[in-house]
Amino acid sequence: MSIQTWSFIIVGVTFALYIYVAIKSRAGNTSEFYVAGKGVHPVVNGMATAADWMSAASFISMAGLIAFMGYQGSQYLLGWTGGYVLLALLLAPYLRKFGKFTVPDFIGDRYYSQTARVVAVVCALFVSFTYVVGQMKGVGVAFSRFLEIPFTWGVVIGVGIVFFYAVLGGMKGITYTQVAQYCVLIFAYLVPAIFISALMVGNPIPQFGLGGTLEDGTPLLVKLDQLCVDLGFNEYTTSHRGKMDLFFVTAALMLGTAGLPHVIVRFFTVKRVTDARKSAGWALLFIAILYTTAPAIAAFARTNLIETVNNQPYTELPGWFENWEQTGLLQFNDLNGDGNVQYYNDANPEMIKTADELGWSGNELVVDRDIMVLANPEIAKLPNWVIALVVAGGLAAALSTAAGLLLVISSSVSHDLMKKWLMPDISDKTELRIARIAIAVAVVVAGYFGINPPGFVAEVVAWAFGMAAATFFPAILLGIFTKRMNMYGAISGMAVGLAFTGIYIVYFKYMGGTPDQYIWGISPEGIGTLGMIINFVVAIAISRFTPPPPAHISDLIDYVRTPESTH
Amino acid sequence: MENAHSKAYWRTNLKYLAILLSIWFIVSYGCGILLVEELNQIEIGGFKLGFWFAQQGAIYVFVVLIFVYVRLMNKLDKSFSEASNEDLQ
Repeated sequence: MSIQTWSFIIVGVTFALYIYVAIKSRAGNTSEFYVAGKGVHPVVNGMATAADWMSAASFISMAGLIAFMGYQGSQYLLGWTGGYVLLALLLAPYLRKFGKFTVPDFIGDRYYSQTARVVAVVCALFVSFTYVVGQMKGVGVAFSRFLEIPFTWGVVIGVGIVFFYAVLGGMKGITYTQVAQYCVLIFAYLVPAIFISALMVGNPIPQFGLGGTLEDGTPLLVKLDQLCVDLGFNEYTTSHRGKMDLFFVTAALMLGTAGLPHVIVRFFTVKRVTDARKSAGWALLFIAILYTTAPAIAAFARTNLIETVNNQPYTELPGWFENWEQTGLLQFNDLNGDGNVQYYNDANPEMIKTADELGWSGNELVVDRDIMVLANPEIAKLPNWVIALVVAGGLAAALSTAAGLLLVISSSVSHDLMKKWLMPDISDKTELRIARIAIAVAVVVAGYFGINPPGFVAEVVAWAFGMAAATFFPAILLGIFTKRMNMYGAISGMAVGLAFTGIYIVYFKYMGGTPDQYIWGISPEGIGTLGMIINFVVAIAISRFTPPPPAHISDLIDYVRTPESTH
Repeated sequence: MENAHSKAYWRTNLKYLAILLSIWFIVSYGCGILLVEELNQIEIGGFKLGFWFAQQGAIYVFVVLIFVYVRLMNKLDKSFSEASNEDLQ
């Protein structure tokens, strides 16, 4: 059977499964809609969190980014896992003990202020919208290549599916759909990795395969270093950029992870405080399975790509090359007219000399990073059903994350803005209806930006982290660990953190800022860390000069710090 | 709420946090970023050690850290609730 037939079958079956699960677990009231009735088992929640968390960026883009960045790509691996330690140790148990529905709930109550609540809502909406756009683009990529549907229509179909089950199921439906999606995506990620690892280095465990030895006796990483250097790229396994930026980007991703409302809210769904800690552990374990496989896929994919296409006659390239060219994600332009594909770093002065001698007139191959995972099984000549599985996995990753984000968007509007602020008298039923309408509107807006995306998938997502790191993380942390922090400090901290981070990103991404203007060499992806530090400084300074919080706040803090009685 | 037991509970919790977060920092930012060149001089099982920490090792340690914390806190929660109950009796 062809790849396309397999894709239709597997994607169709998985979609049917999600819809079945969603219908089975419809939400009947707001507690079920927002936090799945607070009865989710910690392991189940861990799995749902893993799917919620691992987005199109993790599944589709990350290995591709690492493949092109080498060691430097570690910022994503460390950044997107290390945050769970912060979550489990510093935030999740206390927020669960607090026991309400949303992150703005905590901020609003802890800082005894509607303004704080509204600032938190604005941040939550901003972060979640930025993030959901990336998911929509991921859906479009998967559909356009494998089901041969134009990109725009791919996004439209993705929007339709998410629309259906997020509106229907709320958190309850989303949780159990995400468990199914985790199983699909992890299976889809591991199968090709295991195949490729076994083929290339004879070890079926990709985590060991990364350190394995190729058929010709050279270790994979040594070979890859050599291939990269020969083509004028940086050595794969070593550092070649400032440590400062790597440090800040990693920190921004970690702190952002710990501050992302759609991740935090998952810990509101378990029964007890101890379950919140436990499920953070399970979540990270489930995530780590993918995250320790990704660097192996990256190294295999890069090696395979170079060896398969470089300096080969275009007419003799395997079929996948032409397939991907049609999507525009792979571009070949025969600059020197010799009919061969020359892939090398034409920005490296040394390499230009070598290339001139060889009669090469510039790099002729442009590879979109996003396709590395999607094309990898084809490049490694794996069976068609494996390739189709990857499509289903990519869609599962994008859809599960999109659903989690859309839930945050809808609860921000219906619960935090409407119920807690503008229309406190509405009934549970009306609130639920508003939540559903809010999700519906959000899905459509996200779809529009998915079709006209502001950057490649992982980059868009990286901004959301900076925002979360600069706003929620400090506000929640200070709210739990200091009793002196008051509304003035928290609000000004969040506002300054958001403004600083936002302006920095907009300036360098849209207003022509150049890298030599970076503060201490920190790229926009890492600026959230500095935003967070500024938030802390502003918040603490202002709280010292303004009145301390009222007495009942001190009781609230004692309450969230104390474990539940076991009797 | 604000009694000797809950104060002791919170202090012990903060101590655990300090220890576990130090390890968290050392394996990721320390071994994976700041000391990567030094560790890369050492090769184990086909990996440069610094590269391994940055792309594999630190992640394994993260998982272990959370489960260690779960264990420690379950014990602490238990002794806290026993101590509180004794006071009540």
